[in-house]
Amino acid sequence: MADSFAGTGALVRLALRRDRLLLTLWILGFAGMAGFSAAATVGLYPDEGSRVQAAEIVNATGALVALYGPVYDPTSVGALSLFKLTAFGAAITAVLFVFVVIRHTRAEEEAGRLELLGAGRLGRLAALSAALIVAFGASLVLGVASAGSLIAAGLPVAGSFAFGLGWAFTGIAFASLAGVTAQVTTGARAGRSLALIAVAVAYALRAVGDVASGGGNWLSWLSPIGWMQQVRAYAGDRWWVLLLPTAMAAVCVPVAMVLRSRRDLGAGLLTDRAGPSQGKLSSVSGLAWRLQRTVLISWAVGFAAFGFLLGSISDSVTGFLDSPQAAEYLQKLGGTDALADAFLAAELAIMGVLVAAYGIEAASRLHGEEEDGHAEVLLATSVSRGRWAASHLVIALMGVAGVLFVGGLAVGLGAWVATGDPGQVGALAVAALSKVPAAWVLTGLLFLLFGWLPRAVPVIWGVFAVAVVVGEFGPLWDAPQWVMNLSPFVHSPGLPAPNASLVGLVPLTLTAVVLLGLGFVGWRRRDLTTP
Amino acid sequence: MAAVIDVQGVVKRFGSTIALDGLDLQVEAGEVHAFLGPNGAGKTTTLRVLLGQLRIDAGHMTLLGRDPWADAVELHKDLAYVPGEVNLWPQLSGGEVIDLLGRLRGGLDPKRRQRYVDLFELDPTKKARTYSKGNRQKVALVAALASDVPLLLLDEPTSGLDPLMDARFRQCMHEYRETGGTVLLSSHILSEAEALSDRVTIIRSGRAMESGSLAQLRHLARTKVVATVERMPDALAELPGVHEVTVDGQQVSCQVDPAGMPALLSVLADAGVQALSSQQPTLEEVFLRHYQGGEDG
Repeated sequence: MADSFAGTGALVRLALRRDRLLLTLWILGFAGMAGFSAAATVGLYPDEGSRVQAAEIVNATGALVALYGPVYDPTSVGALSLFKLTAFGAAITAVLFVFVVIRHTRAEEEAGRLELLGAGRLGRLAALSAALIVAFGASLVLGVASAGSLIAAGLPVAGSFAFGLGWAFTGIAFASLAGVTAQVTTGARAGRSLALIAVAVAYALRAVGDVASGGGNWLSWLSPIGWMQQVRAYAGDRWWVLLLPTAMAAVCVPVAMVLRSRRDLGAGLLTDRAGPSQGKLSSVSGLAWRLQRTVLISWAVGFAAFGFLLGSISDSVTGFLDSPQAAEYLQKLGGTDALADAFLAAELAIMGVLVAAYGIEAASRLHGEEEDGHAEVLLATSVSRGRWAASHLVIALMGVAGVLFVGGLAVGLGAWVATGDPGQVGALAVAALSKVPAAWVLTGLLFLLFGWLPRAVPVIWGVFAVAVVVGEFGPLWDAPQWVMNLSPFVHSPGLPAPNASLVGLVPLTLTAVVLLGLGFVGWRRRDLTTP
Repeated sequence: MAAVIDVQGVVKRFGSTIALDGLDLQVEAGEVHAFLGPNGAGKTTTLRVLLGQLRIDAGHMTLLGRDPWADAVELHKDLAYVPGEVNLWPQLSGGEVIDLLGRLRGGLDPKRRQRYVDLFELDPTKKARTYSKGNRQKVALVAALASDVPLLLLDEPTSGLDPLMDARFRQCMHEYRETGGTVLLSSHILSEAEALSDRVTIIRSGRAMESGSLAQLRHLARTKVVATVERMPDALAELPGVHEVTVDGQQVSCQVDPAGMPALLSVLADAGVQALSSQQPTLEEVFLRHYQGGEDG
């Protein structure tokens, strides 16, 4: 049995060598984000009265509760500071560690590198164990670093640890789950998608549960992201809740190990079916669609469900915003003055941010196809570089618009079901489309990197993270306007609020066009890279 | 007709690494041209330059009379390429990949496609994910051979094939040449080059060391001569082009450059030669001489 784990230590070192920069940046990012939020809130709401008022506004606002969860203790400065980061941060942590685990298990297997290593003195469970050790360890470091940063910002020690460990254990739970999904599919992409769908479902479950009942109902308790909230950091510090993610890991890890020890290298539980002996594909656009359609359709379905859910609770947000402080707070949350419209605008803004991730992911296929040596094969045929790049870019750019349209439509339908008023369906679909140019700017930036510095393409995710953080938390932190202006999301119109300015659409669209154009110039001139 | 491939003094750098260092390469229409060299000599880089996937830093080259970089799309209608490392989309079946690549090249003949699928015993319904290296290579070969193109660029196309499939590949190459096609075949398998090619270019460190027919190349290497003589000649070792002289009783053996052969023979005749044997260099010796650095031939 011990033989199954032989070589785990070497693989841990290999994984840390490959990820040292990335993990360090992520951990610093999380810790920094938590500390900044806490420090900013302390400054913004110095006395308990103002905090209670802000917290009560949040708790009475269905859209905010659905997106972020409630503030469990209105008098607690910690609970108010971090309500936006509790579930949201847990979800990002989950995504991060899903990526880490798949990257060092199934992705290595698919690339054939584990075959090479496996021929040495390497146990069957070594890669899985090493990936989990790295993910668990990094989760804990992330949690402790965040706790430290919160304590430094002046929050209570116990609550800070409860919060940090909440993030850490969410990471551990989803890393374990990814350990299982890595065994199920033969493709790394599919294994990752399965785990990410679980993250999305967990987020949606707690949204529904939190809206249904102030403290969350049974649906919230089904969600590992809900557990993070139920720890109630700074609002009771319920340590025992951390047993739930621990139990989830205790189930998932042995399951993953049993699955791994029973299967062949390279095999999954879901086996490949035979394909057609004759192909219908006859163009690079057809191929790009074939490669991308599953992801695009999944995003559209996700946005439809997410949008409908948000739309259907939008009527519960009206009628309690009278005080100027409340309006000011809402403004700082990214909305505008006009009540229900402001909440819908906040929802659409979130969609605008999420869809940018889709645009980046879809356009990144160009980079992936080149790295995998597929571009080499295609460009040796009578296909121009421009046409090949366009085949994926069109899907990314049109996909962004399509997914947003579906999302906006779903918000409208949800609102129709809730209020009986069909009038907003069209308006919301159009309002959602106003988020398109900001997402295109990031797609364009990715293509610029691809065209000139292909090795730097992954940097786009860092840019995305900064743009999200600045857009989402900049107002709360009172960041200088020029810093805020760096984020494309800040320039998206706050539709459907009636006084939203559409002016930002022009520079955003122009920027996207220029970035894409410059990207093409570089791409047509540069050497193709080889795997 | 002009050379199908004409590369003159091409330089390609990757940062501080010089991959091609003034490469010359001429491939005539209708010939199978073997492109030989050790690992890292620049064979694949040359093919990728010819495909317009890499931009050259200096030199001049044409492919079918046109510029491989600027006219890549038009040129690729007339050629098919089999990469050394065939990477396919894991979720597509082999048949789908063959048809896609064929259509992107401007169409493929269904009868030929079927023939080559059968010849290489390829199961086209399997997903590319499940293919071995050899089977992925077969997919690329079938896609290339089933297209009706006048030029094939093949990068070590048999490195994953078993001996039976290797023989089938050679058969395909003979047939292809019958139809007047031109092939640039990068390889380091000497027997393959010997069996298939009309002419050979040997490349080392990004530079063509030799180019010519196999007979010409053989001619460039030293012949081993063993003679039994009545009296030992004094000046044998000083003769130009004669090397490694060893004497064992009445028997003398040495290596001789082609240029030194007439002088050696007349000296041996004067010495009363009784028996003489000469051994032509094997192809291996020709290559080893070029592959191993530092030795001046």
